[in-house]
Amino acid sequence: MADTKQATAGTVAAEELPKAQNPTVQFIKKFLRRKTAVAGLAFIIFILILAVIGPSITPYDPNAYDYSAILASPSPTHIWGTDEFGRDVFSRIIAGTQLSLGTALTASVLGTAGGVVLGLIAGFFGGIIDSIIMRICDVMFAFPSILLAIAIVAIIGPGITNIMIGLAVFTVPSFARIIRGAVLEVRGELYVEVAQSIGCSPVRTMFVHIFPGTMQALIVNFTMNVGGSILSASSLSFLGFGASVTQAEWGAILSQGRNYLAIAPHLVLFPGLVIFLTVLAFNLFGDGLRDTLDPKLN
Amino acid sequence: MGKYVVKRILSMIPLLFVISIIIFMFIHLIPGDAARQVAGATATAGEVEAVRKQLGLDQPLVPQYIQWVTGILQGDLGVSYTNNTTVAELFAPRLPITIYLTICSITWSVLFGIIIGVVAAINRGRALDLIGMLIAIAGISLPNFWLGLQLMQIFSVNLGIFPTGGLEDWRGYILPSVAMGAGIMAILARVTRSSMIENLGKDYIRTARAKGLPEPRVIMVHAFKNSSIDIITVTALQIGALIAGSVVVETVFSIPGLGRLLVDSIGFRDYEVVQALILFFSFEYMVINLLADVLYAVINPRVRYE
Amino acid sequence: MAEKLLEVKDLKTEFKRGKKEWITAVNGVSFDVHAGEIVGLVGESGCGKSVTSLSVMRLHNKLSTRITGDIVFGGKHILDLPEAEMQSIRGNEISMIFQEPMSALDPIMRIENQLIEAISLHNKGLSKDEVHQRCVSALKLVGIPEPEMTLRNYPHELSGGMCQRVMIAMAMSCEPKLLIADEPTTALDVTIQAQILALMEDIRNKRNTGILMITHDLGVVAETCSRVIVMYAGNIVEEAPVKELFANPQHPYTQGLIESVPKLGSRVHRLPSIPGSVPDLAAMPSGCRFAPRCKYAQPSCSEKLPDLVQVGENHRCACPFHANARKGA
Repeated sequence: MADTKQATAGTVAAEELPKAQNPTVQFIKKFLRRKTAVAGLAFIIFILILAVIGPSITPYDPNAYDYSAILASPSPTHIWGTDEFGRDVFSRIIAGTQLSLGTALTASVLGTAGGVVLGLIAGFFGGIIDSIIMRICDVMFAFPSILLAIAIVAIIGPGITNIMIGLAVFTVPSFARIIRGAVLEVRGELYVEVAQSIGCSPVRTMFVHIFPGTMQALIVNFTMNVGGSILSASSLSFLGFGASVTQAEWGAILSQGRNYLAIAPHLVLFPGLVIFLTVLAFNLFGDGLRDTLDPKLN
Repeated sequence: MGKYVVKRILSMIPLLFVISIIIFMFIHLIPGDAARQVAGATATAGEVEAVRKQLGLDQPLVPQYIQWVTGILQGDLGVSYTNNTTVAELFAPRLPITIYLTICSITWSVLFGIIIGVVAAINRGRALDLIGMLIAIAGISLPNFWLGLQLMQIFSVNLGIFPTGGLEDWRGYILPSVAMGAGIMAILARVTRSSMIENLGKDYIRTARAKGLPEPRVIMVHAFKNSSIDIITVTALQIGALIAGSVVVETVFSIPGLGRLLVDSIGFRDYEVVQALILFFSFEYMVINLLADVLYAVINPRVRYE
Repeated sequence: MAEKLLEVKDLKTEFKRGKKEWITAVNGVSFDVHAGEIVGLVGESGCGKSVTSLSVMRLHNKLSTRITGDIVFGGKHILDLPEAEMQSIRGNEISMIFQEPMSALDPIMRIENQLIEAISLHNKGLSKDEVHQRCVSALKLVGIPEPEMTLRNYPHELSGGMCQRVMIAMAMSCEPKLLIADEPTTALDVTIQAQILALMEDIRNKRNTGILMITHDLGVVAETCSRVIVMYAGNIVEEAPVKELFANPQHPYTQGLIESVPKLGSRVHRLPSIPGSVPDLAAMPSGCRFAPRCKYAQPSCSEKLPDLVQVGENHRCACPFHANARKGA
């Protein structure tokens, strides 16, 4: 039976050729069928645009005090109400997009980059280098979740930059593991062996032949990680380790508003809702990416 | 089996050693003069020196570390500067609260996570699956402090069913547990669902059905028992998030537990307390992971031979 | 002829694809299996032979499968039975063993518990000790040397051949009248294959069990079966006693299958093969489904699906241009 299949392989492939599409086009088509993922992506794009142009389109100056409208409930003039200094919450949230999203994105990018480099090195060279890197990761994993970031902030002091460093460090080991796993998988593939056998240098093999093979795992996990970083950063800000109370940042706005929960619940409701929706968008988008790239996972 | 447990415990020792060094170094990594930081900006030079001596910062690193570790092994976790008590005394009333809260959160979240996941898996592609997975993805995306505050707003401020904070009776634990466990419940629901779907497609499920087993037994005894291996792995990984969650949720609900103590101590620069707490949380995490590994080996006979 | 155990009449199994589309995997198949008889169901992968067996067991996906026709087993119309009654037949009166013995056993359950499940389910009221004895004798029946030890093992501690023996033991533990074996030896080494086939024959002789042997391997058929049913693309194309089929194949597809088996001592340099491949279920050619690959095909072949007609004693074939007809012409 194997014979019959082989015998026809040539003719069948020729017939199917016109149907076959560019893989990118196919990927986009498949992705577009996942409506929740598309909605997630749309929201991410919207919020990214807001992060860039946000500060210039706010209806009020996000930092202007207005003592005539302190802790005002949502109304047509202040659609999401005002805070204890009479600042417009809607304007502050829009203006804060840049800082909140920027913190999470920067932390994710830095942490991912570090993890990718370590993972590539560990997976590619193996042996003692691999052992050392993986033991370092084990040690970092022994600190539960964002506690590592909290510890780092406790040492170097509170502030947005320090949160970013803390979260980036906290991201490194998980990406190192993911990428190392992907490298080990890709390394066994024939095309990598071929590249090595025709004399590609290790560095070239690693970046030209192995790294692209890990892209799927990387993209999906990065998307999910941004969502996680937004949550972690806002948690840290909420605990008072991040943005200072004067800064317009989602977690900080919420943290301040907590003191007025009983009389001005909108101070907590809206920033939290925005954090929730943004994280949700990244998660939906990441889910969709994963399912599109690897349908057997669903 | 016993051999496996012993091996697993022994493998923790080097890791604990390295972690203790890192946490010990912690106070030395503080930029500038740690003694000055602890003593405060208004302290005199003499006071700073006294603090330095008390912290042992005037000695070389190795003797300092040995002294610190021997102290911890004997139950001496250090001294709190802001409270003028030993760290052990600070821990004593707070530890049971945090542990109780953690147990409450994990119990309900694992239970509900599994139920949602199983129901979604056996109703794959239908309305129940969709609802379950919507709950799950929302749960993963919810900031736990915000969830806590909203629950407080609705159930305590508006409806007055639960207290807004404090732990006078069992009702005080409910909202914090819900806020703490929501994320884990969501993750477990997703893992349970995908693992159940995978296992339900396996050959041994077909065998079980071919034997004439009723469907509930096929699902619970064969598919679910195999899925529990994945569920245990993921639950263990999520314990870290739960511990970190206790820090946030205890702050939201003004619960006098260890998580709250960490936040306060960082604020007061009470470094020895912070040091002891981080050591404790890491140790707790490692022990829970050890338990999970043992449970994993009990259920999965294939591990015991590796 | 012995008692008729299973009678399949005009069985049609369709799978749902997309929202409304149905594709036909088994297209009106009729055959029967008698007590003490080993019937081979042969065909390439995707021809519908496994779907046929799962339909008999009603182990298909209830949501996306539609089965019509009639399956009669022991006087009962299986397709009309309530699920609970079907469960009391499965594993009790009809058992089934599968292709991959290693993955067909629950990896985290001891062999004993898996056997107990089958035994106590269909034999309520047995004491613990009696159940244990049944487990031991079930393993002895399939020639496992140390049953007590094997009972305590997990599947991963056994070899593939041992797992298949356990599967057969489990299938036979309630003394079913019919055993459906879906490629029982495909995943095993050649020497083990022979042992398992011999074991199945042995069981048939001892218990007078009817066996439906599903396979793509004509060697297995020649060795064990008394009667053969050849399926192609959801249809039966030929049915004959085993010797008759090999000596005198009528359908061009059967001929192609037999020719493509290498023969010991033959000096052929290149094995003949059937050109083309099995058509896609969703895009079946009209008329005879084998016509596009058939060297004897006539224009009339693609007009109407040929009926299965008697071409000799106990020999049926679904081709108007079968070998006898071609000889006659």
